[in-house]
Amino acid sequence: MLHVDGLHASYGPIEVLHGVDFHVEVGEVVVILGANGAGKTTTLRAICQMIDTKGSIQLGGETINGRSTTEIARRGVAHVPQGRGTLTDLSVEDNLLAGAYTRKDGEVRADIDRWFTTFPRLQERRHQHAGSLSGGEQQMLAVARALMSRPKLLLLDEPSLGLAPLIVKSLFAQFAQMNQTDGLTILVVEQNANIALDIADRAYVLEAGQTVLTGTADQLRHDDAVRKAYLGY
Amino acid sequence: MATTQSVNESIGKGYAALGRLGQKRMISIGVLIAVLVAFSIIVAVQHGFTLFLQRIFDGLSNGFIYAAMAMALVLIYKATTVVNFAQGEMAMFGTFIAYVFGHSLGIPTPLAIILAMLASALGAAGIERVLIRPFDPRNHLAVTIVTLGLFLILNSLAGVIWAYDNRAFPSPFPGRNRSFSVLGANLEWANLFTWLTVLAAVLLVSLLLSRTKIGLAFRSVSNSLESSELLGIHIGRTLQFGWALAAAVGTLAGTMIARTTLLEPNFMGRVLIYSFAAATLGGLDSLGGAVVAGIVIGLVQTMSGGYIGFIGSDLAPTVALVVIVAVLLVRPSGLFGSKRVERV
Repeated sequence: MLHVDGLHASYGPIEVLHGVDFHVEVGEVVVILGANGAGKTTTLRAICQMIDTKGSIQLGGETINGRSTTEIARRGVAHVPQGRGTLTDLSVEDNLLAGAYTRKDGEVRADIDRWFTTFPRLQERRHQHAGSLSGGEQQMLAVARALMSRPKLLLLDEPSLGLAPLIVKSLFAQFAQMNQTDGLTILVVEQNANIALDIADRAYVLEAGQTVLTGTADQLRHDDAVRKAYLGY
Repeated sequence: MATTQSVNESIGKGYAALGRLGQKRMISIGVLIAVLVAFSIIVAVQHGFTLFLQRIFDGLSNGFIYAAMAMALVLIYKATTVVNFAQGEMAMFGTFIAYVFGHSLGIPTPLAIILAMLASALGAAGIERVLIRPFDPRNHLAVTIVTLGLFLILNSLAGVIWAYDNRAFPSPFPGRNRSFSVLGANLEWANLFTWLTVLAAVLLVSLLLSRTKIGLAFRSVSNSLESSELLGIHIGRTLQFGWALAAAVGTLAGTMIARTTLLEPNFMGRVLIYSFAAATLGGLDSLGGAVVAGIVIGLVQTMSGGYIGFIGSDLAPTVALVVIVAVLLVRPSGLFGSKRVERV
């Protein structure tokens, strides 16, 4: 579904990615691990063409370099950015409606009800300004909003950041379930390697802007270097 | 346990900050109301209630126009974070178009105004596409300079086409020049209809923004460009909608006031200054704030000009400037603008 080869990306004159290669197949959960500053967020931003890139990014066999962010979103890529991208002045419900902006079918309401059932906290706060939600609630909203577009590919940028361990656990359980029951393809970048590897099929390790290691989730979990650097034992 | 406690503490602090913010806003609004009420009582006692009521009516008639123009400014500011200096000239141009439709083509004035609003919306959509969209929406200075250039272009263009003569603009309302008496003060029917027309426009714009898909896109883009892009919203088209809507509202304001001021290429200059003051006082990104502040500015203008001898009608625009400077100094986010504390 997504094939990235020799990806270079830069912020102005400073190159941050120096050759990132990975691929995500339909129905997979793929995780990219890496420390702070390894280029995880940049990789996701590069996929959505939010920064200048070199190298090839193919979505469903088509090169998407140079397309606009809006157009890539319209091709079925939903990106939950770091900081969650909450539309703070809009109500919770309007955030979800904005998530369904590209859809033309009549099932938007039904989908909103579905995510309200999944995240009852959001239903309680449906008319509240989204900016007044707690961090965990905003993360739920960001995920629900991304899924309102019925994406082909979900990009998650450190969904565990700043959240209490219990919330992180239930959020990742949700991701796993969406992957299994809806066949949703997910690419997640995380520092929290333990929980990410639990739901992943395959994983990549990103160091200083390059992919340095790849394998199945199990292989990486038992790799000595990964264990020391990211799993902490 | 320690972390839970500190988290709870910081949440508590956040709520306290939210409370203080609301409190400060209430204090500003309260002080403003107190000053206005005190002033009103003094002048009403000193100069008689009938004159006072008359001034209120005059103030409201100007105020509703400023409210409409301020709303147009806020629509563009919300979308682009840029103050559109050409807003007044766009309204002037739209009013001339209504004049041409009515005077030269013989279309009834109300219909001519509606057609002119549509024409202005189309024109503004074109302006957005050709002059604004080539610039990065994050480059505020460039876009601001473009609106200044647009100001000059529209003003000179109108001068070339229609010359700088004063023209009478027909009233779109029934009951020409007729008025009725309220507690001794005169209120023209046309003024009352103007208030109602502006109120209807405000209601329509807020429904358009809150109930339609393009309205949702507009609110989303004014909230966050980046998030909107990630949701697949076409930024350019949405901003274009904002420009079109603002132009239509501006033309409505222009045609409402041209009836009393006479029409010529510079006639919106003064109106724009008061509308800037209103938009600033209202908070620049609040539609409701713009409307309330527009009415307040209309009242302040009439009252200060009418009761404070040395101000008269010559110094009245200075009052608007004083309001702008005072608001920017004391409460930069205006009475209703957003400076919301966000929890993270």
